[in-house]
Amino acid sequence: MKNYRYLILRRLTQITLMVLYIGANVWGWKMLRGNLSTSSILGTIPLSDPYAVIQIAVTGASLGMDILLGALIVTLFYGVIGGRAFCSWVCPINIITDTAAWLRRALKFSEVQKRFYMSRSLRYWILGLSLILSALMGVAAFELISPISMAHRGLIFGMGMGGGALVVIFLFDLLVHENGWCGYVCPLGATYSLIGKFSLIRVFHDAEKCTDCRSCITVCPEKEVLHMINRSSESVLMGECTNCGRCVDVCQEDALGFSIRSFTKQPKDEE
Amino acid sequence: MSTKTPNDRRRFLLSIARGIGLSAMGALVWSAYVGEVKAAPLVLRPPGALDEAEFIKNCIKCGLCVEACPYDTLILARPGDNLPIGTPFFTPRSVPCYMCTDIPCVPVCPSGALNEPSVSSYVKNKAVLDINKSRMGLAVVDESSCIAMWGIQCDACYRACPLLGEAITIETSKNERTGKHAFLKPVVHADVCTGCGMCEHACVTEIAAIHILPRALAMGKVGDHYIKGWDKADEKRLEGASIEVTKTKMSEKSALDSLNDEGGL
Ligand code: SF4
Ligand code: SF4
Ligand code: SF4
Ligand code: SF4
Ligand code: SF4
Repeated sequence: MKNYRYLILRRLTQITLMVLYIGANVWGWKMLRGNLSTSSILGTIPLSDPYAVIQIAVTGASLGMDILLGALIVTLFYGVIGGRAFCSWVCPINIITDTAAWLRRALKFSEVQKRFYMSRSLRYWILGLSLILSALMGVAAFELISPISMAHRGLIFGMGMGGGALVVIFLFDLLVHENGWCGYVCPLGATYSLIGKFSLIRVFHDAEKCTDCRSCITVCPEKEVLHMINRSSESVLMGECTNCGRCVDVCQEDALGFSIRSFTKQPKDEE
Repeated sequence: MSTKTPNDRRRFLLSIARGIGLSAMGALVWSAYVGEVKAAPLVLRPPGALDEAEFIKNCIKCGLCVEACPYDTLILARPGDNLPIGTPFFTPRSVPCYMCTDIPCVPVCPSGALNEPSVSSYVKNKAVLDINKSRMGLAVVDESSCIAMWGIQCDACYRACPLLGEAITIETSKNERTGKHAFLKPVVHADVCTGCGMCEHACVTEIAAIHILPRALAMGKVGDHYIKGWDKADEKRLEGASIEVTKTKMSEKSALDSLNDEGGL
């Protein structure tokens, strides 16, 4: 089972959180109420989506104390453990896009399909655009179209037609572009990339042990972050890494593992 | 720096230009959609909600108000409801607001979109929640479909109102058609009605003859230039009011003079 350790842990975390949220609405559990936009732990500690709060802030709204504090707590948390850990350990869309990516690999779509060009920085453009639109239109612009909130709210409060957005994302990732949504488009993931830039928990690559089988690069949803594979022993430092641990799972040689980032010395081979 | 060829620079500038072009296109579609859903004004918000424009700025769509409501009155707008997605609203004909005295839905709001002071009164300098101050909407009677206006006895809305006798009163008048009966006409008082929708929920007609509209839609506005001369409090507005006189070429002289001078009369 070693090959699936982190995958299973992640799915368990994602599903447990979901069950707690649903339980709060259906059976009145107190543990975790609300949804991923803002929740409250045991009715006392607020948690807020920092991206949603920034969008609200630029509309010129007065901002309640609870959501400010909530956004601060969440930012500090992911700032330490790795920003996009949100993506792979919490976000419900991740289950859909991982499934699409897996199916795409199994059906060998990427080998036959000519890749059309999409820039990895598209998501940062969308992030910037969403803030400009929020300011101009006086309402949090991405929150009105976000399939992430739609999915999450849908699971807790009733889906309506929201299921459609999820199907679209699945088909986009499956048929149009590998890791298309999470790897190129989603501005929430982009926000967490920025938040996690200096986080402490990092994947470390030991080039000595690497046999260059490239299994890690095959499964990684953000392949660019693994540029050091078989070249130099160093930590995966790019903020786009989701700390999903799939690379660690699939590496047979133990050349990848989680470690604490060291600020003093960054072991690097000669260039 | 020196390794950059003019072509590199052109490629770089072009890629920025392409980004800007695509963004502008995306912005157009995106803002059109946002504008569309924002414009849906026919929506009733929970007690204590800020004005609609401020409300949709502030609400973070967490659903904590929805979870706090014991009657399942509140719903978060779903895709397909054609309302700003994820924001809470209620439909009084299905489930009205029962005007809980402890208003559980308001204090839980983390964003301030539901404003506690607006539904609080001060008793001995202490703020206490007061649901009667909420203004979720206003009940409006459609006289053509209200059967009380036909002379049939019905006071379902009057009886259902939590502010019975204050928000709705019954006005009687003679039914000339029968000559011996009375009309019992429900009259809503906008200064008391909270818009809870208990009346709409109770109304016996097929489609409710009394229904809740958002206040911004249901109400007019007199403006500053009318004053109730018989009302002491309203008279006060005159104190310190300044008189503004507009002078035009015609009004320089007295009205009579300027008419006489007009010529050709
Ligand atoms: S990139 Fe966006 S949709 Fe994908 S997992 Fe992260 S937050 Fe969720
Ligand atoms: S580098 Fe490893 S942990 Fe990071 S995203 Fe890729 S597979 Fe996941
Ligand atoms: S006052 Fe009571 S019934 Fe009305 S919306 Fe709030 S919790 Fe629900
Ligand atoms: S509790 Fe406040 S922020 Fe949350 S959904 Fe209700 S009104 Fe919006
Ligand atoms: S909405 Fe109807 S029931 Fe509620 S306070 Fe107004 S008149 Fe009374």
